[in-house]
Amino acid sequence: MCHESAIGREPVSPVPSPRPNAFSDTAPAAVRAVGLTRRFGDFEAVHALALEVPVGSIFGLLGPNGAGKTTTIKMLTTMLAPTAGQAAVAGFDVVRQAVAVRRRIGYVSQMLSADGALTGAENLMLFARLYDIPAAERAARVAGALSFMGLEAARDELVRHFSGGMIRRLEIAQSMMHRPAVLFLDEPTIGLDPAARHAVWQHLRELRERFATTIVMTTHDMEEADALCETIAIMHRGATVVMGAPADLKRRIGGDATLEDVFLHFAGAGDDGAGFRDILQTRRTAKRLG
Amino acid sequence: MFEFLRDSLALADVELRKLRRDPAELATRAIQPTLWLLVFGNVFGHLRAIPSGSLSYLAFLAPGILAQSVLFIAIFYGISVIWERDLGILQKLLVSPAPRAALVFGKALSAGVRGVSQALIIYALAYFMGVELRFEAYAIAGVLASVILGAAVFSTFSLAVACIVKTRERFMGIGQVLTMPLFFASNAIYPLSVMPDWLRAVAVANPLTYQVDALRALMVVGGESAFGLGVDFGVQALVLAALVVLAARLYPNIVR
Repeated sequence: MCHESAIGREPVSPVPSPRPNAFSDTAPAAVRAVGLTRRFGDFEAVHALALEVPVGSIFGLLGPNGAGKTTTIKMLTTMLAPTAGQAAVAGFDVVRQAVAVRRRIGYVSQMLSADGALTGAENLMLFARLYDIPAAERAARVAGALSFMGLEAARDELVRHFSGGMIRRLEIAQSMMHRPAVLFLDEPTIGLDPAARHAVWQHLRELRERFATTIVMTTHDMEEADALCETIAIMHRGATVVMGAPADLKRRIGGDATLEDVFLHFAGAGDDGAGFRDILQTRRTAKRLG
Repeated sequence: MFEFLRDSLALADVELRKLRRDPAELATRAIQPTLWLLVFGNVFGHLRAIPSGSLSYLAFLAPGILAQSVLFIAIFYGISVIWERDLGILQKLLVSPAPRAALVFGKALSAGVRGVSQALIIYALAYFMGVELRFEAYAIAGVLASVILGAAVFSTFSLAVACIVKTRERFMGIGQVLTMPLFFASNAIYPLSVMPDWLRAVAVANPLTYQVDALRALMVVGGESAFGLGVDFGVQALVLAALVVLAARLYPNIVR
């Protein structure tokens, strides 16, 4: 049918059959991007982005609305082809080896995207099937994921009756069904109440501990970046303006700077480059989370 | 190929579960075909305005109305992909290793499931209106296959349109524009023989004509296929294969 299906699916094994083809021979990185660029007509959403995310770390992509965070995630998750530049995720090129990349990543979108007309278990089962988890293992994998995320009680309940925090946890479970090497989250706690937010953070930390998953997330919540990320990159107008550990960045500004000060310093205060579509999206998500 | 079928079935299975949970949707879908058969069928049957060969006009019309109601469901099916994009469901599917063609074909099969539910309704209606129906196993199997195939063709066409227009508003506009020409430029309510040449040329290029032709042979006693069942199924299968390839190529556009 389409050209990707012709490549076929290699089983997820310790020795991947398509040869990892990162374009650098330095230490293995979970994500590596060089000169990554995406244009939409005349508008350059991402400009010559360079990124390097070490295996097993939690990496935060920060920036105001319209900075290019979501476009970057779309390119790294193979949803959108870059206009120029290269990126490798889990050692595979996001354009030429897209199927190999897809097999090794999980993705949680900014929107609450679990299917409301299905139960918690059905949502997970669909992805267990799409990710080729052997039939004999699926039920155990689904049960394990539900208990890991504290959702056993909601197993057979329709997702439309879930709270926002529960949906988000279910989605993280969904994206982890196949134990991906790299998990991408776009604004994972947007619109959640503080308790639900902390629960999500705790689950992400445990996930990393248990499966050594590399986590790449976008956020514009400074508290979240501070609580969770070992490295952050601040994006502004499609490019990273600074990258480093939150503590180091705070030290660079000096005094008792908060991460928010760092953000304002590098991304510029009083400049709201927010795209209208971005704002709408954020608002819609906030409304659904109610 | 195996994974393509397996992933398609996984997606259709999910759709079937949703449908079972919300059967109210099916009840509202019964209204339009009831009106066509009861009002249009009876009036034109009495007028004897449309030559229907050896069949009564109602028996001639019933397969046409089945095809029509399947068409009406399928042609708006593409909007589900716009919904799923807005909800973020589609993005997750596109990031999964499932072949794009399987995502498309899964939708086509789901539309087929809905089509089959229409067949049940129209069989019941036609039966109570005195149409002589065929109940041999192979005839029923042929009707189901034809309904699923027809629903798959038009839902995949609809999906391709949705991937191009990308918004609900534009999609609804185009859906309205497409439905009636597809329906009237077919043999659903009158035979090809009464059409002016230009219309017949359009009807012969319309996949709906082949679906109606197969249904007419398989559904009612004394019905005949004008093209032969091999041609009917062959044309539809080819059109479906081409549309699945096209829609699979267009699919990633929708999240752009």
